[in-house]
Amino acid sequence: MWTHLRSALVLVVIMTALTGLAYPLAVTGLAAMVFPWQAGGSLIEKDGHVVGSALIGQKFDNPAYFHGRPSAAGDGYDAASSGGSNLAPSSRKLVDDVAARVAAARQANPDEKGGVPADLVTTSASGLDPHITPAAAAYQVKRVAAARHVQVEEVRQLLAQHTEGRELGLLGEPRVNVLKLNLVLDARWPLRGQGD
Amino acid sequence: MDATGILQILLYVALIVALTPLAGGIMARLYEGKLTFLSWIERPIYRLCGTSAEREQHWTGYALSLLAFNLVGALAVYGLQRLQFWLPLNPGGMAAVPADLAFNTAVSFTTNTNWQAYGGETSMSYLTQMAGLSVQNFVSAATGMAVAVVLIRGFARQSARSVGNFTVDLTRTVLYLLLPICVVGALALVWLGVPQNLSPYIEATTLEGGKQIIAQGPVASQMMIKHLGTNGGGFFNANAAHPYENPSAVVNLIHMVAIFVLGAGLTNTFGRMVGDTRQGWAILAAMGLLFLAGVGAASWADAAGNPALAAIGVDQMTSPWQAGGNMEGKEVRFGIALSALFATITTAASCGAVIAMHDSLMPLAGLVPMVNMMLGEVVVGGVGAGLYGMLVFVILSVFIAGLMVGRTPEYVGKKIEAREMKLAVLVILVFPIGILGLGALALLTGPEAIAAPGPHGLSQLLYAYTSATANNGSAFAGFGANTVLHNTLLGLAMLLGRFMVIVPTLAIAGALAAKKAVPTSSGTLPTHGWLFVGLLVSVVLVVGGLTFFPVIALGPVVEHLSLAAGTLF
Repeated sequence: MWTHLRSALVLVVIMTALTGLAYPLAVTGLAAMVFPWQAGGSLIEKDGHVVGSALIGQKFDNPAYFHGRPSAAGDGYDAASSGGSNLAPSSRKLVDDVAARVAAARQANPDEKGGVPADLVTTSASGLDPHITPAAAAYQVKRVAAARHVQVEEVRQLLAQHTEGRELGLLGEPRVNVLKLNLVLDARWPLRGQGD
Repeated sequence: MDATGILQILLYVALIVALTPLAGGIMARLYEGKLTFLSWIERPIYRLCGTSAEREQHWTGYALSLLAFNLVGALAVYGLQRLQFWLPLNPGGMAAVPADLAFNTAVSFTTNTNWQAYGGETSMSYLTQMAGLSVQNFVSAATGMAVAVVLIRGFARQSARSVGNFTVDLTRTVLYLLLPICVVGALALVWLGVPQNLSPYIEATTLEGGKQIIAQGPVASQMMIKHLGTNGGGFFNANAAHPYENPSAVVNLIHMVAIFVLGAGLTNTFGRMVGDTRQGWAILAAMGLLFLAGVGAASWADAAGNPALAAIGVDQMTSPWQAGGNMEGKEVRFGIALSALFATITTAASCGAVIAMHDSLMPLAGLVPMVNMMLGEVVVGGVGAGLYGMLVFVILSVFIAGLMVGRTPEYVGKKIEAREMKLAVLVILVFPIGILGLGALALLTGPEAIAAPGPHGLSQLLYAYTSATANNGSAFAGFGANTVLHNTLLGLAMLLGRFMVIVPTLAIAGALAAKKAVPTSSGTLPTHGWLFVGLLVSVVLVVGGLTFFPVIALGPVVEHLSLAAGTLF
């Protein structure tokens, strides 16, 4: 048994050096050289400040911005504490929460009739979902246009330009990156009090 | 679900079938000792470990080496967690992990379970993630592969005393297979957006002027091995649903292929090493039938949406502008089809990574992962573990067929006798003991961990003990598993589900290797045709179905019927 344990110990040390240190450090070094932006978390900078990551959703409440999905990460979009609601489909709390969000969405978008798109009133798996569906974006177009004092049709065109189709034409689902879209909105029609 | 969803599922199946002979061929050459271009690295490792490539072990020696290696590995992970506060590479200032959680995590990663009672970005330092958890991702996968290869050798060898050398099998798996694929794969993931750095967490000022702290880390390197090794332990709490772990559907496809490629390939390796590739394809066909049934059921149940939400004005219809369906706990970029596909893959294999929160799946969609695990994860399964699990079911199937025709059962030229049957039954009994036995004990002693009222609460606890025993690691994450009681009991379930399967499997391999081959005769049951595939699928379903049907009826089935009747809890 002692010989087994001795050689196990040696093997663990070797494997730790190889797979636990050499492998991740080599990949880190190579990644920093070849793909520095992605390796660093796909951060978006504006006026020298990091405003977020292209991959990570953030909280929007202002009616002049498109809003993302409800988030169960921390107090909402906490990117240091990801997670979902983990509520069961048969949970009364889930149905109550969603009902409140449906009411809020209808109040914020009074021009829209009919059902509220599911992703706009349900929490995502990560709590950091950067996307909404084209349906959820279309639901908010009139509100955003009104808040920015521009034509609905102009916002709709901008939205169409920034809607991403399925990847390679087949994989995944059509979607809109909320942060990127809002950055484009700000560039095109700056909010009052915002410089250019 | 629309046609695109079905097309994505078929594309995935086609990719795996196409890669199987390729991966299988490489692994056959590897384990027959024909790949030698890295022998200059191998030789010094073996010398330091006091062995050599030529020195083979009896199955008992092999088992002792394996157990010793896992014991030392678990102690190392435990130690790193307890001491991380005083060790380097801890920019987040993570405190020492409490003893019960550290025990649970150490067992979890050495048993290839990767059950996580903690949130990665809130409890583990970069050093713990790399030198502790990532290492076990490699070596626990290699351990599973080694056991599968030993069982294959048991069938392939004749009148042999030895079954291989554990140190050699493990080292070769890591050097020739896992590391090269991971280096290339991890860089591809970074290119596609997965971060890889050792930076402190980033502070961003959001467009509305709020503050957002964004967790960072060496994510890509861990992602690649976590899926390739069917480990499943997320870098972040949200696992592969986190946009950093899985930023796009293309990355998701890489993850999904990585989960199945080695497990499916091993069926082909088996066929090649016993000299009849049709035997491997028959096993893969049985796995494929069970897999397609699972994907179909899960995506159907979730695409229909939640009737309780439809009633309060939520639009869950599928259209060109939205995937529709039950979007609670799902990500927009994946929608329903990919989420259902991934949930089936991750539990068919013993991966346990998730891209949707299983706790929020519709009751019958959540049942699919549970059933996959209860059947012993033999649908492709964990790397290595899936093949040896399925071969145990094969032994059971030929035994039943032998009883029906009144002949001594045989499989690929080896007689299956009383000793192998007893050991096979021992393996199969592990699942009811862990899931139902320990689960019942947990229900009596620690029900306060259950977050959901009603039948879903039972499902949460049942899922936890199923996941631990089957070494999967996914969860109905609402279950408050991080208590001393559950950390301990789940730790025991993981040890039981791993080593009480591995040791009897090695014993079966030893017994088979010692036998002479019997020539095929007109009385031999052909095991490469659809008749045998059907028999194998039935045996898997009947054994699993009879054992677990009552408890399934009380959890997900009751929840489904109540929800359909409009009852909430």
